[in-house]
Amino acid sequence: MHRAWAIIEREMRRFRRSPMVIVMSMIMPLAQLVVLGYAFGGNVKHLKLAIVDQDHGTPAVRVRELANAVSSGARTVDLIDYADPGIALTDLRNGVVNGVLTIPPDFSRRSLSKNQPRVALISDNTDNFVSASMAATVSSLVGAFNAPITVERVPGAATVDVVEVYPYVPYIQYLLPGSITMSIFMMVMIGGGIIYIDDKARGLHEGYLVTPITKFELITGFNVSGTVKAVIAGMVILLLGSLIAGVPNPFDGMRIIRMFVLITATAFSLISLMFLLMVRINDPLMPRMMFGVLNTVLYFPSGAVYPQQGFPAWMQGIAVVDPFTYSVHAFKSLILKNTGFDAIGWDLLYLMGFGVICMSLATKLFKRTL
Amino acid sequence: MIAIDVKNIVKKFGDFTAVKGISFSVEAGEIFGLLGPNGAGKSTLIRMLTTLLPPTEGTALVNGFDVKQRADDVRRSIGVIPQAMTSDLELSVEENLLIFAKLYGVPRDKRKRLMNELLEAVELTQWRDKPVKMLSGGMRRRVEIARGLVHEPRVFFLDEPTTGLDPVSRTNVWEMLQRIKKERDLTVLITTHYMDEADKLCDRIAIVDHGQLVALDSPLTLKASVPGQNFVEASFSPTPENWEERLKTLPFVAAVTSEGRVFRIATDNGPATTTALMDAAEAAGTTLQSLSVQSTTLDDVFVHYTGHALRDSIQAPSAADSPFMIRRG
Repeated sequence: MHRAWAIIEREMRRFRRSPMVIVMSMIMPLAQLVVLGYAFGGNVKHLKLAIVDQDHGTPAVRVRELANAVSSGARTVDLIDYADPGIALTDLRNGVVNGVLTIPPDFSRRSLSKNQPRVALISDNTDNFVSASMAATVSSLVGAFNAPITVERVPGAATVDVVEVYPYVPYIQYLLPGSITMSIFMMVMIGGGIIYIDDKARGLHEGYLVTPITKFELITGFNVSGTVKAVIAGMVILLLGSLIAGVPNPFDGMRIIRMFVLITATAFSLISLMFLLMVRINDPLMPRMMFGVLNTVLYFPSGAVYPQQGFPAWMQGIAVVDPFTYSVHAFKSLILKNTGFDAIGWDLLYLMGFGVICMSLATKLFKRTL
Repeated sequence: MIAIDVKNIVKKFGDFTAVKGISFSVEAGEIFGLLGPNGAGKSTLIRMLTTLLPPTEGTALVNGFDVKQRADDVRRSIGVIPQAMTSDLELSVEENLLIFAKLYGVPRDKRKRLMNELLEAVELTQWRDKPVKMLSGGMRRRVEIARGLVHEPRVFFLDEPTTGLDPVSRTNVWEMLQRIKKERDLTVLITTHYMDEADKLCDRIAIVDHGQLVALDSPLTLKASVPGQNFVEASFSPTPENWEERLKTLPFVAAVTSEGRVFRIATDNGPATTTALMDAAEAAGTTLQSLSVQSTTLDDVFVHYTGHALRDSIQAPSAADSPFMIRRG
């Protein structure tokens, strides 16, 4: 195995002289963490809600008062009064407002006679997220309208008490596991795959192939050096990302040790996958082309940005074999829940097993000749 | 003792046959040259001998080891300088040597001594700590030569080692190779498309064209095998009728070829033929416009054996070609 160490030594000496490689591998995950974290992390505010009051009775005034309370409190909506429902609808279609709340002429009469009073929310459903937020706001508003003025001392209706086990998790913290996994992947691609194919294309591998090195030693050398580079990238982004996202106790010793083990397992599985994909490739353009595709196919189904339960069956199928899935799950356990190895045992086992299988196949497929 | 023994070796890439049944042997201690144009099959041949490509047919023994059956033994006993510059530009001269010493399993106690000796031999001692990317093309080639010898091989393969170098660097590399070969009792197999390189460096030359061996001997014997010891090149204005036939009758003339107004006359006695040529021109009422007398060169040998000049050949695409590869042959 001393020849594998020679490959590792060479790769690490080169890596030390190219600090830009590590910087490049961290720019995208960090940018994504910050931009997506803050973009998706906050509540929706200042949606424009048109109110067309065709009733003007006391119950209608109460509905408007409740809407005003939301507008000046949670600021989910900003109210705009319209006299003409036609103009309100035209403005909705033109994107001037996000929804139209119509209080029909018979609302007060039906409300007082308890005869199914109704208000209408016409929403722009081309943006599902805005539409859903608007519907939720108006529903809660109507719920408040329906609430009895006097509250019973002992309520008869069943209620749910939600107990949160962990402190509030901002979205930026939710994204951090995916960002760490992505930084490992970026280093695997830039510092592993792209450099490997470029060296091959420049003829550097010809120099290796004329020595008595074995296929296993060569793949092991590349694999270990790629893993070390990716672990460095992963650890740096773990610490930086934890500070940016405000993770509690980011420098806790035991947590860092667990993280190191997980980052190593993730790096090993991803570098092995990368070598399996690259082992027969000679064209330097190929890894660059595969980069974006692999990133999308591995990152998004993993549950890093959206829960997997919302995916269609085929995407859940990808998630089952995707090493990102296990890495992200384990990072969530360690970062968001501060669990021990018990909670991530299966994830570690899968990542290591996946890495060993990919590395064995890559060794099998590696051509010892040109 | 035979260091390299090649018998009917063939290499096919799909329907294309790059090497068509070549046989030759190289004595230990010899500098053996494979001379041919780009695409002649030289590099394919050297890649088969260095275990980089498996032969389709035939056998090749290097240091007594079969390149197919005992590839690892072959690899341990040879040093190779591939066609592309394969040194790591980011690493220093010494680091490049160190990594390859480790790849070849050179024991730790021998490494330092060998590296020092080799750096001295290739005159790079004062550059040992510099990154290879800071060195000139000639110096990089010298790094590769040192790197190829770091495990003390018995046979040294060099695939077009001086292509792309300036004339001074090329001469340096030749002198260095001759000195190292003498000091280390090496057998050297070198491919080249430079006639002067093959002429000055090689004990024997194999001329390869279109994947076939067309001639093999020492440079002197090859040159002697071409009709005429000298070549007289002359042009006339105007060119008299049947002038080529008339020139063939001049004393000592072995052969005459023409290209436009320029006549190339192979002769066994350059001065005598030149005098007769001037007399013949005066008698024919034509003016001699240019005249030169040359000794036979390997260019003439190449034209004689292949029927075309070395510079006329174009390179066939190689299976291993790639956008980044610095191909030189």
